[in-house]
Amino acid sequence: MSNSLNIVYLIPLLPLIGFLINGLGRRSLSKSLVSIIGCGVVLASFVLSIWVFLQVKNGNVHVANYFDFISIGSFHIPFAFQIDQLSSIFLLIITGVGFLIHVYSTSYMHHEAPEHFGRYFSYLNLFIFSMLLLVMGANFIIMFIGWEGVGLCSYLLIGYWFKNTEYNKAATKAFVMNRIGDLGFLIAIFWIISKVGSVNFYDVFAVAQGHVEGKTFTTTDITAITLLLFVGATGKSAQIPLYTWLPDAMAGPTPVSALIHAATMVTAGIYMVARSNVLYSMSELSQNVVAIVGLATAILAATIAMKQNDIKKVLAYSTVSQLGYMFLALGVGAYSAGVFHVMTHAFFKALLFLAAGSVIHAMGGEQDIRKMGGLSGKLKTTFITFLIGCIAISGVPPFSGFFSKDAILFAAFEHGPGLYVVALIGAMLTAYYMFRLLIVTFNGKFRGTEEQKTHLHESPPAMTIVLIILAVLSVIGGFVGIPDAIMKGGDKFSEFLSPVIPVKHGPISSFPKENLERLLMAVSTIAALIGILIAWLQFRRYQYKEPNAVGKFLENKWYVDELYEKIIVKPLNFLADVFDRELERSGIDALVNGVGKAVQYGGRQLRWLQSGQVGSYVLLMVISMVLFFVLQFFLRK
Amino acid sequence: MQINYYIFLSLALFVIGIVGVLTRRNVIIIFMCIELMLNATNLLLVAFSKMHHLAASKIDAATTVGTDGQLFVFFIMVVAAAEVSVGLAIIVMMYRNIHSVDVNFLNRLKH
Repeated sequence: MSNSLNIVYLIPLLPLIGFLINGLGRRSLSKSLVSIIGCGVVLASFVLSIWVFLQVKNGNVHVANYFDFISIGSFHIPFAFQIDQLSSIFLLIITGVGFLIHVYSTSYMHHEAPEHFGRYFSYLNLFIFSMLLLVMGANFIIMFIGWEGVGLCSYLLIGYWFKNTEYNKAATKAFVMNRIGDLGFLIAIFWIISKVGSVNFYDVFAVAQGHVEGKTFTTTDITAITLLLFVGATGKSAQIPLYTWLPDAMAGPTPVSALIHAATMVTAGIYMVARSNVLYSMSELSQNVVAIVGLATAILAATIAMKQNDIKKVLAYSTVSQLGYMFLALGVGAYSAGVFHVMTHAFFKALLFLAAGSVIHAMGGEQDIRKMGGLSGKLKTTFITFLIGCIAISGVPPFSGFFSKDAILFAAFEHGPGLYVVALIGAMLTAYYMFRLLIVTFNGKFRGTEEQKTHLHESPPAMTIVLIILAVLSVIGGFVGIPDAIMKGGDKFSEFLSPVIPVKHGPISSFPKENLERLLMAVSTIAALIGILIAWLQFRRYQYKEPNAVGKFLENKWYVDELYEKIIVKPLNFLADVFDRELERSGIDALVNGVGKAVQYGGRQLRWLQSGQVGSYVLLMVISMVLFFVLQFFLRK
Repeated sequence: MQINYYIFLSLALFVIGIVGVLTRRNVIIIFMCIELMLNATNLLLVAFSKMHHLAASKIDAATTVGTDGQLFVFFIMVVAAAEVSVGLAIIVMMYRNIHSVDVNFLNRLKH
């Protein structure tokens, strides 16, 4: 069977080659060569992804089988790539946004030494490779390989400036937090293997839908598997309770944050749940858990973001919050809305991070917004693109964030008005904290040092052009998913995804659905505008003052890190100490040392036998011979 | 003659040899005691060999059953002769070195 899509293996292979060349040749390649290779391979992947997308659009859906990755008896895990609507969308996001971030990095990281420059780009390429493997895998194992790969790359990139202990700690934290989630994912895979005997998506979903005779999932199986998968997703996609690594991941270079937050890594959890939508739709309990955890994360992170003073921390918590929205969408069964938000979020969050990077670049590494202000004059392009990003994320029509967020809010309303109200408050908070960030950073008087003031400059074209492209995408990106209420047949996005994600038909209420949706849109737009207005009134004349008790509580992130320190890290350390003392030192060490001591003692005692007296030797010889004879005599019997 | 007498005689010789080895300090005496033990064994071998051969030849006059014990005796004699030559040489060397044939002086071997 030959299908033109069989060459999709090139898409992940190219970044891998880029990784190898840049990684191995980092000492000898010049910076410009590294840039060309690093960006070129991702661009090539992007072009291929566009081609794949067009193929899929023409109805060519394909599973490309290459070879048996693992083969044990009758159990086979093929190394196969699945190309369908869902994965082709993710391919576009990953390679497209990834490529823009690569281009931006060439300029942003230019002051690095050539050797570290090469190391940086090789990690970026590896990151793209892992993420591509994750979304292209046709079974849970290949997905898991990519899953672990992005975990590793996030560790490497967060700890890129490895001479700083704090950064290394942040990298370790990200890695460990992810490992906790990965364990859930792994157990889920084992569970699936034991029930189905295969990890291929097709087989697993066929069994789940009851298409295979003799094999079925019980309700318990489905619920357990989906919840375990979700544990994996909470780790990678930074949801309660494993979200604390993401804000700390700011330790890496800013483009890395953009890459982690927009194109790769955190969307992995969303992708995995959306891919397993067949399973999730069968378990109401799991769906509710996903929705509630998502919503809780969205609100929690939004409240924290309101009081942060680090430009990247605000954006980080906003990512956590937006990811919460995506999980809310997945939880209420609106999988395509979740994926839609992944796409629009990739545009405006990459834009916001890269614009923030431009600000940090201009400020000479300063990240504290209390020391910024009045930057709009000097950084015109950055300011305008940042503004567009803020409008998009706040959900003001007709920017991209509006359409995706509206789709989520509408789905939440159909599921339960309670969810909707909370989500709406979250949306208002989003508008508020984003515009707080924008106003404090760009409006008012400059609050930094004189030296920084003279240093202020717009970033070079490699950075601003990327910002402009992303800004355009943030504006128009939503038009692929215009809801039916505004334009009949405008929701191209869900339509495109419908073979993978069945379109949900909600309960028909007495109130006409279209009017209801229009009403909800109006409400959410007003909510966003109110949030923006409050932020404008409050921060127009910004002056830093000590926060009150609530503000302090929020500024310290609800003391969650401290709480984890108290209830998990401390007891674990205590337990480790106990084991160290009781088991390691007085148990195992004592045993090993005891054997040595026993031999020494025995040797000292036996030494007296060797007296040197020939007579005593002979006597012993005779006695032992007699003993042997006697023994032999008795043993015969 | 009954086999019992041979057994008792050889046992007596052997025990005398052992006791001599254990109690005497003079190397030459010890050496002679060892010879005594070897010959006690020889005596026993020959006695049993004769006994078996007699019993077997009553059934078949041309049999060779039991003669192998006597062959062993010759082997032991040869080995004993070789041992004597080596052992005496050691004793001579010992006397030359420490001017004594008392085994207790040999505790220097320990060091």
